[in-house]
Amino acid sequence: MPTQYEAGTFDVIVIGAGHAGAEAAYAAAKLGAKTLMLTINLDMIAFMPCNPSIGGPAKGIVVREIDALGGLMGKVIDKTHIQMRMLNTGKGPAVRALRAQADKVLYQQEMKRLLEEQENLQIHQAMVEELIVEDGEVKGVITQIGGIYRAKSVIITTGTFLRGEIILGDLKYSSGPNNQQPSIKLADNLKELGFDIIRFKTGTPPRVNNRTIDYSKTEIQPGDDVPRAFSFETTEFIMDQLPCWLTYTSTTTHQIIEENLHLSPMYSGMIKGTGPRYCPSIEDKVVRFNDKPRHQIFLEPEGRNTREVYVQGLSTSLPEHVQKKLIASVPGLENAEMMRAGYAIEYDAVIPTQLWPTLETKRIKNLYTAGQINGTSGYEEAAAQGLMAGINAASKILGKEETILSRSDAYIGVLIDDLVTKGTNEPYRLLTSRAEYRLLLRHDNADMRLIDIGYNIGMVSEERYAKFTAKREQIEQEIARLREVIVKPNADTQAAIRSVGGTELKDGIRGADLLKRPEMHYDLVASLTPSDKEFSEEVKEQIEIQLKYEGYIQKALQQVERLRKMEDKKIPENIDYDAISGLATEARQKLKSVHPLSIAQASRISGVNPADISILLVYIEQGKIARVAND
Amino acid sequence: MDFDTIAAISTPMGEGAIAIVRLSGDEAIAIADKIFQAPNRKNLAVQATHTIHYGHLIDPKTEEVVEEVMLSLMRGPKTFTREDVVEINCHGGIVSVNRVLQLVLRYGARLAEPGEFTKRAFLNGRIDLSQAEAVMDLIRAKTDRAMNVALTQMDGKLSRLIGELRQALLETLAQVEVNIDYPEYDDVEEMTVPVLLEKCSWVRDEIDKLLTTSSQGKILREGLSTVILGRPNVGKSSLLNSLVHENKAIVTNIAGTTRDIIEEYVNVRGVPLRLVDTAGIRETEDIVERIGVERSREALKGADLILLVLNGAESLSAEDERLFETIEQMDYIVVVNKTDLQQQIDLQRVKKLAGGRRIVTTSLLKEEGVVELEEAIAALFFEGQVEGGDMTYVSNARHIALLHQARQTIEDALNAANAGVPVDMVQIDVTRTWEILGEIVGDTVQESLINQLFSQFCLGK
Repeated sequence: MPTQYEAGTFDVIVIGAGHAGAEAAYAAAKLGAKTLMLTINLDMIAFMPCNPSIGGPAKGIVVREIDALGGLMGKVIDKTHIQMRMLNTGKGPAVRALRAQADKVLYQQEMKRLLEEQENLQIHQAMVEELIVEDGEVKGVITQIGGIYRAKSVIITTGTFLRGEIILGDLKYSSGPNNQQPSIKLADNLKELGFDIIRFKTGTPPRVNNRTIDYSKTEIQPGDDVPRAFSFETTEFIMDQLPCWLTYTSTTTHQIIEENLHLSPMYSGMIKGTGPRYCPSIEDKVVRFNDKPRHQIFLEPEGRNTREVYVQGLSTSLPEHVQKKLIASVPGLENAEMMRAGYAIEYDAVIPTQLWPTLETKRIKNLYTAGQINGTSGYEEAAAQGLMAGINAASKILGKEETILSRSDAYIGVLIDDLVTKGTNEPYRLLTSRAEYRLLLRHDNADMRLIDIGYNIGMVSEERYAKFTAKREQIEQEIARLREVIVKPNADTQAAIRSVGGTELKDGIRGADLLKRPEMHYDLVASLTPSDKEFSEEVKEQIEIQLKYEGYIQKALQQVERLRKMEDKKIPENIDYDAISGLATEARQKLKSVHPLSIAQASRISGVNPADISILLVYIEQGKIARVAND
Repeated sequence: MDFDTIAAISTPMGEGAIAIVRLSGDEAIAIADKIFQAPNRKNLAVQATHTIHYGHLIDPKTEEVVEEVMLSLMRGPKTFTREDVVEINCHGGIVSVNRVLQLVLRYGARLAEPGEFTKRAFLNGRIDLSQAEAVMDLIRAKTDRAMNVALTQMDGKLSRLIGELRQALLETLAQVEVNIDYPEYDDVEEMTVPVLLEKCSWVRDEIDKLLTTSSQGKILREGLSTVILGRPNVGKSSLLNSLVHENKAIVTNIAGTTRDIIEEYVNVRGVPLRLVDTAGIRETEDIVERIGVERSREALKGADLILLVLNGAESLSAEDERLFETIEQMDYIVVVNKTDLQQQIDLQRVKKLAGGRRIVTTSLLKEEGVVELEEAIAALFFEGQVEGGDMTYVSNARHIALLHQARQTIEDALNAANAGVPVDMVQIDVTRTWEILGEIVGDTVQESLINQLFSQFCLGK
């Protein structure tokens, strides 16, 4: 054991500097907490060990939400992407989402720079081996080289490092992602502290050198040629973009896999961890969907200053020599040189039902966990949790109210509620289908939903907030005007309506009602109802969406309102479920383990049925009466 | 918990001159207004509290008159639940009261959970602490029983059909979802509006069929179709009269007097019966009677229950034996009538022919044995669960109300798709339909959609 020494006292310590750690440290420091971020390797801040991309359906909306709450991810990717696309543009507004291909190196550098410049934030390279815990409360950490760092609050964001093991063919060795040092003692420490741990698995595909790719056999996938950005604050757009390329597996690929399946650790039984269904390895895809003649392979550049290309779709843990054969079997990659082999990684995760919705652990006070350690997958999911853990840890210390987003506020709310209420038995990925109110949780309105919250917490500047409120006023006023103004069925109007293939008016119609017709757009309706105001595209989009889909939005809002009453029914923290007669045994066990904060949360636990909820309600009301009677 | 408007039948199921359907909640009066029409067309919303109003319940969609009612209007907080309460007094008997319940459920009320009125009374501060424990016991007990009843009474065919509809919707949804969550996957077929329309129309049509033909629905609307069968002059019409307590069918001792089918609705121990008295089934030369006979055979086909009447004062005839053969596959009760006369019938033979079915002996002339018959009918219908009998109707009413809701949401989806609304918005109503159908079979878990997604499609990096 090294000689220990007192290395300093902080408000918040963040262990880890990945996507969760970066946001957590930034948020805590931004809110005024004296913050220390510890990382095993300072050159790996916000590193992307897997795909070089950020966003996509649901996840892209999360990045917008992070931005509206004052987080970093959106701003950083806006400055460092090599390509950006809006997805699902042919569908309704609820499911549009941005995805960017990142320059991995630039992304890391930019994130590191922002963190280095942040006041109240110290960054230090060290591996944490032990938490200091006294009377069920965390008091600091001890590092591998004996530094004792004291703190009021600790956030663990160790990703896949806890007891990480890389598996490649019949080879298995202790390692963090991308051959970094794994964190073993901290994993032991968490077990000793009594946390329930689950073993998960994930994987990554091989990388190849693009000098050796024959792109003529692939299809080009360019970015959008219009300015796009995640952050509401971004004003400079990168228009010089790099394309991705699409190719397919061949029958030879499938044959190689079938012949070598016995060498796959997935099938030999070497891998025991549960892998995510939405990121299956190529061997998984071929076995489970063996009627499919081919699978898509996307070739994604890892950055502007490198020739390394990520082979999306070829995630595998087959031995390296088989991987080489696989690559050569893909059209366009016949002569491609492999730069890194794909691999699977197993790691320890904390079963997330052990957390409060603030991401504080129930077991140890002032200890938070965020990111992949909580059983999620994906950079965006990690960043979102990091942000919320950072906000809540700092708020608690500073005596401010904690922030819990609801399922109707944000995808972040869905993510955290799912984790702490239902847990997960595979690495959790956000999907739009996990959200009940996805029409409310749109890409375009992330600021409308969350900036008030971000501003009140202290994450959003006065200047930005003032800009936002001006925008909101414009939208509200123009919608009010369109609800009043009448479009008359004159020749101009009819011609305009005909020009977009609509049915001519019989009588005058309100501007708002005209806009609700499927073929109508704001600009056209505005031209028929002239006003002296000019609006930005962003404002026009809001007006159009809010009016066009008003019926659906109202329906969703009513559901939310009904649920809100249940959300407002709080369950006392000291409730004794054993004392409630009539609860079904399964419900009692689940309630005891999850400790829901509200009736609404309780009703989302699987195995708790409506009768149990009724009984719980009556019990809580009874407690209130009893208290009044005693007073 | 969420104070939406709830409704339930508040009087005991079964006999009774009147029955009451009670509504409680913010929307109680508004819902009543939608379906209630007084002779002077007055608006309930502006009527004073604690007043009673005469009028008709009319289904606003079909403009069909459903019931003649007295309606009590009570505004909170001076009510049992402290919410606005409307009590609809309608004619007794399961058929009419269920029609009223169905109507209020279709126009915005939700079927109350067991003990929910009491629960609301408690939550709104109407009941004191000492009653709270009792409320919890009540909820527990009633729910458990309701679940048992729901499980045992749920028609296997219905549940299978609903399962099929849900699976079709789930596959559709999974495809919509996969297009949204994995837009870059070109090998997943795009869910287009025509495909969606086709699937949704199919589901809507199936729900329609269910609503018109499901046996629960039919029994609730029309009663249990019961045919009184037997040779001429064995006492069929007397039996009908005994059950109806009125003299509507002509009763004589001349064989073949009942020339036509006579239908009567009666309520036997909570079981709604649509009684059909048949002209005696036998070969006959009389043209008028033959028409009656043919119609009798028709009635027989659609019957849910048969009361086979035999004359105890005569020995079993070949005709009687043929009748046993005719109804071999059906639910029936044997009524051996005329016990007041010298008995000639071979009861051992009757027992053998009846093969374990219930046999009741009566003297309809002396009004003996009718009680036993009524008990036998009830026992047969409830399969020994007379205790849970109420719940059977309630859960059936629940099924029907949910089917109506599902019908509405799938229609919304179809209309939206036709109007050019994007598929992922139409999906909102499709999902809702899937959830509502799930409530019928007691299964709504979002996870199953995600499971479907990953088992149906090959996705991922």
